[in-house]
Amino acid sequence: MQDTAEQINGWRGVVVFKDLFQKKRKYATLPSERHGRDMTADQADRPRREIPEGLMNKCGSCGAIQYSKELDKNLKVCPNCGYHMRLNAMERIRYLLDEDSFVEYDEDLVSEDPLGFPGYATKLEQQTLKSGLREAVVTGQGTISELPVIVAVMSFDFFTGSMGSVVGEKITRAIEAATESRLPLIIFSTSGGARMQESILSLMQMAKTSAALARFNEQGGLYISVITDPTTGGVSASFAMLGDIIIAEPGAVFGFAGRIVIEQTIRQKLPDDFQTAEFNLQHGQLDLVVHRKEMKSVLAKLLELHTVKGGD
Amino acid sequence: MAGEMPFETPLVEMRKKIDELKQFGDEKGIDFSDEITRLEERYRELEEGIYSAISPSQKMHLARNHQRPTSLDFIQLIFTDFIELHGDRLFGDDLAIVGGIAKLNDTPVTVLGQQRGKDTKDNIARFFGSPHPEGFRKALRLMQQAEKFGRPIITFIDTKGAYPGITAEERGQSEAIARNLRDMASLRVPVICVVIGEGGSGGALALGVGNRVLMLENAIYSAISPNGAASILWKDASKADQAAEAMKITAQDLLEMEVIEEIVPEPKGGAHKDYEAAAESIKSSVVRHLNELSSKTADELREERYQKFRKIGKFGVAKK
Repeated sequence: MQDTAEQINGWRGVVVFKDLFQKKRKYATLPSERHGRDMTADQADRPRREIPEGLMNKCGSCGAIQYSKELDKNLKVCPNCGYHMRLNAMERIRYLLDEDSFVEYDEDLVSEDPLGFPGYATKLEQQTLKSGLREAVVTGQGTISELPVIVAVMSFDFFTGSMGSVVGEKITRAIEAATESRLPLIIFSTSGGARMQESILSLMQMAKTSAALARFNEQGGLYISVITDPTTGGVSASFAMLGDIIIAEPGAVFGFAGRIVIEQTIRQKLPDDFQTAEFNLQHGQLDLVVHRKEMKSVLAKLLELHTVKGGD
Repeated sequence: MAGEMPFETPLVEMRKKIDELKQFGDEKGIDFSDEITRLEERYRELEEGIYSAISPSQKMHLARNHQRPTSLDFIQLIFTDFIELHGDRLFGDDLAIVGGIAKLNDTPVTVLGQQRGKDTKDNIARFFGSPHPEGFRKALRLMQQAEKFGRPIITFIDTKGAYPGITAEERGQSEAIARNLRDMASLRVPVICVVIGEGGSGGALALGVGNRVLMLENAIYSAISPNGAASILWKDASKADQAAEAMKITAQDLLEMEVIEEIVPEPKGGAHKDYEAAAESIKSSVVRHLNELSSKTADELREERYQKFRKIGKFGVAKK
């Protein structure tokens, strides 16, 4: 792990140096050729707006710009700095499951506004437009390297992945389906916590999903929890931390109380790596930190190791 | 009277007036008894009006009243022979959660609760009733001990939430809460939970997976504190009153949503006005529910508890 990081850093060093060198040469020669002598350097430097929307993508961590297609091939991991960009649930399913193996469950469940909370109904509509999803989790069954699994995949781009009645219900149904069919269960979590627009009903989804996992657990079912960036609050303190095996993606932030809340409470600056996957691994809260490119093969290996049972 | 709330000001003022009139009459030897009777009548009407229309935000302030009885107050008043047990056997003893064995009438039970401090010093030692992971782990240890010896479990819920801090996170706050939720669901003994003050978020729920969840009349219970909701929604924590009105946090709201089984009445004006009466009220409710549960088998208790939480949630089905 460390070796790779050093290699990348070293390689980056070279690129940066080369870039600087080239930039200097361009600065001296290109403006006059392109735009004539009356152009100021400032105007010449400004990029021309001819890049179609969505063609390029900027890394949220290092700022490197890539072709979206290339980035997609790289599973939305920045080739420059290794930053794991947040995925929509459908993207993750495409990256993870065998092609055309996914069958979605309960796709028609939608949130209502049980408390009549100001602005909730409108906000729900906006989330669907933004994410293309009906709710913050997609559940169903499929195969990973031909091994059948039941999956639940959360999506941060729908209402910050918050858990309301629908998220709790879909996850509970997925757990119950795994219990009935005796298939392994994998949940990919990402969430800002309970959905406060459904207040107490959201909170109770923590108990509901955990109780369903208690039954699955007693029956001997395999549950792998994969924590992705970010996972906090009610999701972190329920099913995300109840896996037989708990995996996180590199750099994923997870914990119960968010950084801002803690900083406001203790009035102290927190270390930069606080609550990252690596920090949590060091503190014994995780089994593994797995790079997105390795995720499918690691999951397949774990599933395979649980298909043969000793004893019976 | 102690611990008056702002909405009680008209009552306090009127009581003062009546007392002044009485004193004046006594001093001057004038008979005001007719006037006083009329004023007392008027006082009772006013009292009735005020206490029957306590708003959600007023309940929030009542639930947080410093004079309100805490878990230990209720434990002392409801049970006998309480022996407090300490520690999670892993790291330490978190004083934000208290627990132990006691007798309810003649039945040995395990009793637990989040514990606010009585004064500043006590509050600092108890982290203002906000538990660390070791508190939740102590609670689970005592609950599993109760299960081993076939003792029913009674929990008191009273916390703003789990402690938000570095060490709590390092020691697995999320894991501790999650494990309690899962393992409480599996317990083979009756579990009765009573929300006595503020039920704040996951830190409250970590003692809240019971066969029966009861709530004191003026207690509140929510996914996020009204202050927290206000600071997220309107970037202004001082709008907590406004958030409290929108969030459906009262016992009456939760009964309607079938999250709780029963509202436990409080003495007029709140539990802090009469500790004994409030304790008696809780005791009679708990005893009644425990009697109902005592005839059930372990499997029935587990199934009933599962179904209770399984059915919570409201959603729709989209038209194609």
